[in-house]
Amino acid sequence: MINTDILVIGGGPAGMTAAIKASEVGAKVIIIERYHELGGQLIKQTHRFFGSKKEQAGIRGISIAQELTEKITNQSNIKVMTEATAEGYYEDDVVTVSHENKFKKIKAKKVIIATGASENMLAFENNDLPGVYGAGAVQTLMNLYGILPGEKVIMVGAGNIGLIVSYQLLQAGVNVEAVIEAAPKIGGYLVHASKIRRSGVPIYTGHSVKKAIGESSVEGAEIVELNENWQMKEGTEKIIDADTICLAVGLNPLSDLLIQADCEVVYTPELGGDVPVRDENLKTTNQHIFVAGDVAGIEEATAAMLEGEIAGLKAVSEIGYSNQNLFEELNRLKKELEKLRSGPVGQVIKKGIKKVRRGNYVGKNRYSHLR
Amino acid sequence: MRIENHPILELDRNKEKEITFTYKGKKIKAYQGETIAAALYAAGIRVLKASSKYERPRGLFCAIGNCSSCHMVVDGIPNVKTCITKVKEGMVVEEEVGKGDIVD
Repeated sequence: MINTDILVIGGGPAGMTAAIKASEVGAKVIIIERYHELGGQLIKQTHRFFGSKKEQAGIRGISIAQELTEKITNQSNIKVMTEATAEGYYEDDVVTVSHENKFKKIKAKKVIIATGASENMLAFENNDLPGVYGAGAVQTLMNLYGILPGEKVIMVGAGNIGLIVSYQLLQAGVNVEAVIEAAPKIGGYLVHASKIRRSGVPIYTGHSVKKAIGESSVEGAEIVELNENWQMKEGTEKIIDADTICLAVGLNPLSDLLIQADCEVVYTPELGGDVPVRDENLKTTNQHIFVAGDVAGIEEATAAMLEGEIAGLKAVSEIGYSNQNLFEELNRLKKELEKLRSGPVGQVIKKGIKKVRRGNYVGKNRYSHLR
Repeated sequence: MRIENHPILELDRNKEKEITFTYKGKKIKAYQGETIAAALYAAGIRVLKASSKYERPRGLFCAIGNCSSCHMVVDGIPNVKTCITKVKEGMVVEEEVGKGDIVD
């Protein structure tokens, strides 16, 4: 059994800032990460961050990952376990972990779950063909390993991820044949859309993929126009040649561990799926568990990092660690997060969070039957 | 196909050690630090397994260890997530068919 003050599950932006904050107040921290390095999805984000927050705007995701990883390495009271997967959460608050082909048990005074999200699939014929990838997978191949995902790509989804990854594909020398968007309007920022259009890539709004074409891998896609009720308009099918279909159709919180740990979890469309009920400090209905980042609701890395800091600070304060301005800092972080969510996207997020705020949520836990 | 020039990324492969592994009896070159799936992909191999029920071809989907679409048999061990497992010198990698047998 390994004992520690704080166990952070997930080494992405939220988990990293949680670990740093907790360690700075003096707690002993273990951070576990499934991949062989820390950073989560930041390690493949070659684009500069946008937004108004002065610390992060203009910096590339990969640089943020490097900076946070360095900070963690320099904190002697943080133990990093990479290639480590949390396998289960037990009633006595023991977390089992597979690490370096061994089964280990970790018991912490508080656990911060920052497992992130998985990419959404889209239902269409042949969507299981090799060549249909998540936008994150394309970024991994391209930006982490320097490998081209294909020669001709159809991007599905014109939100910010779809637009940014389309631009990254163009930068790497790949032809983006088209961007397909089911909604009547482009979802992402127009500055990104203009960049894509200027490069000659058509953006088809009100369209979806009807099927992927190919035998052992993607050779093209049949796309189709949608009417105002999102139904396919017969006779509008069009075939586009491509060897890759890239899906940028949203993310889904990875809340499995929370459900297993008896945290109340509620389906909240504003936050992308099943998310935990929590208080303003990101504490769940399990007194031992805090959350931060995409697992608490799909947002973006800046918000995830702030949530990590809040959860980290609050968690250590509950086990007896403190410094003179801990509560001032907590308030400052919460204000910053509030400011970050002041735009139109933030309004939706806030609506979702209000629904799952502890005390607000009344209803049947849809996972109670699992216990 | 590997990217040679990129406006942002530094892809200096001269710094990386070249290694060789086996896929379906064929020797494949890779660079140290790459995952098995990435190295196969660079060699033009997109089909990694057959789906367990209908044996339809399957390749990468998430590339971060979430989805199990890249499970392969590696050095005799089935259900290895090749998208997050690093390639090693002399590794023997096979396509996975079915659900993978438990190794004694």
